[in-house]
Amino acid sequence: MFRDFLKRNENKDKFRDIPDGLWIKCPQCSQIIYSKDWNENLKVCIKCGYHDQLTAYERIDLLIDDSTFEEFDTHISPIDILGFIDTKPYTQRIKEAQEATGLKDAIVVGKGEINGIPVYIIVMDFRFIGGSMGSVVGEKVVRTVERALKDRIPVVSVISSGGARMQEGLFSLFQMAKTSAAIARLSDAKIPYINVLTHPSTAGVLASFGSLGDVIIAEPGALIGFTGPRVIEQTIKQKLPEGFQRSEFLLEHGMVDLVVERKKLKNTLFLILNHLWRKSWKES
Amino acid sequence: MERKLTPWERILLARHPNRPTFSDFLDALFDNFIELHGDRLYGDDPAIITGLGTFNDESVVVIGQEKGKSVQEKMKRNFGMPHPEGYRKALRIMKMAEKFSLPVISFIDTAGAYPGIGAEERGQAWAIAQNLKEMSVLKTPIIVVVLSEGGSGGALGIGVGDYIMILENAYYSVISPEGCASILFRDSSKAPEAAEALKITAEDLYKLGLVDEIIPEPNGGAHQDFEGTISNLKSALKRVLKKLKEKDVKILLEERWLKLRNYGRFYEEAKEK
Ligand SMILES: [Zn+2]
Repeated sequence: MFRDFLKRNENKDKFRDIPDGLWIKCPQCSQIIYSKDWNENLKVCIKCGYHDQLTAYERIDLLIDDSTFEEFDTHISPIDILGFIDTKPYTQRIKEAQEATGLKDAIVVGKGEINGIPVYIIVMDFRFIGGSMGSVVGEKVVRTVERALKDRIPVVSVISSGGARMQEGLFSLFQMAKTSAAIARLSDAKIPYINVLTHPSTAGVLASFGSLGDVIIAEPGALIGFTGPRVIEQTIKQKLPEGFQRSEFLLEHGMVDLVVERKKLKNTLFLILNHLWRKSWKES
Repeated sequence: MERKLTPWERILLARHPNRPTFSDFLDALFDNFIELHGDRLYGDDPAIITGLGTFNDESVVVIGQEKGKSVQEKMKRNFGMPHPEGYRKALRIMKMAEKFSLPVISFIDTAGAYPGIGAEERGQAWAIAQNLKEMSVLKTPIIVVVLSEGGSGGALGIGVGDYIMILENAYYSVISPEGCASILFRDSSKAPEAAEALKITAEDLYKLGLVDEIIPEPNGGAHQDFEGTISNLKSALKRVLKKLKEKDVKILLEERWLKLRNYGRFYEEAKEK
């Protein structure tokens, strides 16, 4: 199955966020790489292993079996409840993000299969206002969990978020409580919940449904933490150590279960679900 | 005639050096208080005080963020900015409250969870998330009181409950007005504008349905007439505690879930298909 998956990704035209025939400079090691090779290697640098961000649909293509994905809740969109204006109105920010991404908000949810195992999947998209969580993200997480509770199907969430969406004020903060409460119900029902932390996974999303998984997987080199490094440096007035708040650092400190490179991610999820799901999901 | 205070003026009141801190409320509201220390995992966080006390002749579990008064005490208490140990201590005490069927009263007053190396190494986000999850299903009543500063996730980490009260001049926000000003307005001196835009005053939050009750403060703020403030808070706590304690735990938890479930405003088109 694993080999099939790799083969599938080899000759796929799905990672076409960057068109073929261009040259890409790796943001980490500055290696110049042909865009076709970049895409075919799942946007991971061949030379240094840098994991570039994926869009929500690229992530779904990576993890979910072909033609098994069914998207839900595409009819929910954000509103400017506070009439928030900073350097531009929130309504304009929403519109620009929607036009740039084709998404209604920073999240895609649905149902699909991972090597034949049915899952509900929650994927965040960093391109949409920094993957920030407002009311729509919170609502879609909760609806997904509610479906999983009803169908007794495991949930996988892939995080890519800078935290709560400031423009929705305390409504955003309270999405942390709302989503965590939903995960508590999932946990009580003994339905597996797995987090995949990708770059970056920080603040309000990490400190709620993003870190409450039975198993927490991180992609290599992802920034993972409650407070961003810049704010910490300003507060403590010292340079942060090399590798601080990166996946490997969190593994060392016992905060994530494993760090898994992108090409092995789907199979790792499959193996974990295979262990947890069969034992717990049907009875009780 | 009193002019209505601007959001920024209220924030300045919430941060006023003479404003009573949690320990003042602790002394004034509870008898026989016994402080309990430590998270049983790593350490004891002085930014959060937890313990057992008597309120209105009943035993309760009390949790609160304490900023400290003297310079020395402020340092010791890290200006009320908790580390993961503080949240884990609070959770330990809450689990005890559940075990012995004691209601929890949790007092918020923090600029935020501490942004430091140790806090990150020991899982600040994990500690807060765990509390949000556990508090949402804790089988005993939880009353939350926002005393002065409700600073983001650091406040919410002890702030999930059945009933949320907020003092009239307190604020509760997803980000500090200064932080919001520097990130979104690209100018940290625009904090007053950010405070306005974020809708973080007690009055705004009540109108938005995010808090349940505003505890009135005397003119000029809680420090001008602490007795008056305490008397308002005490009667509200008595009334709400009585109501919550009468509820069957199952109903209490179902109502808590619905309260959390309904946070959020969005636009929903007529259903697809
Ligand atoms: Zn590279």
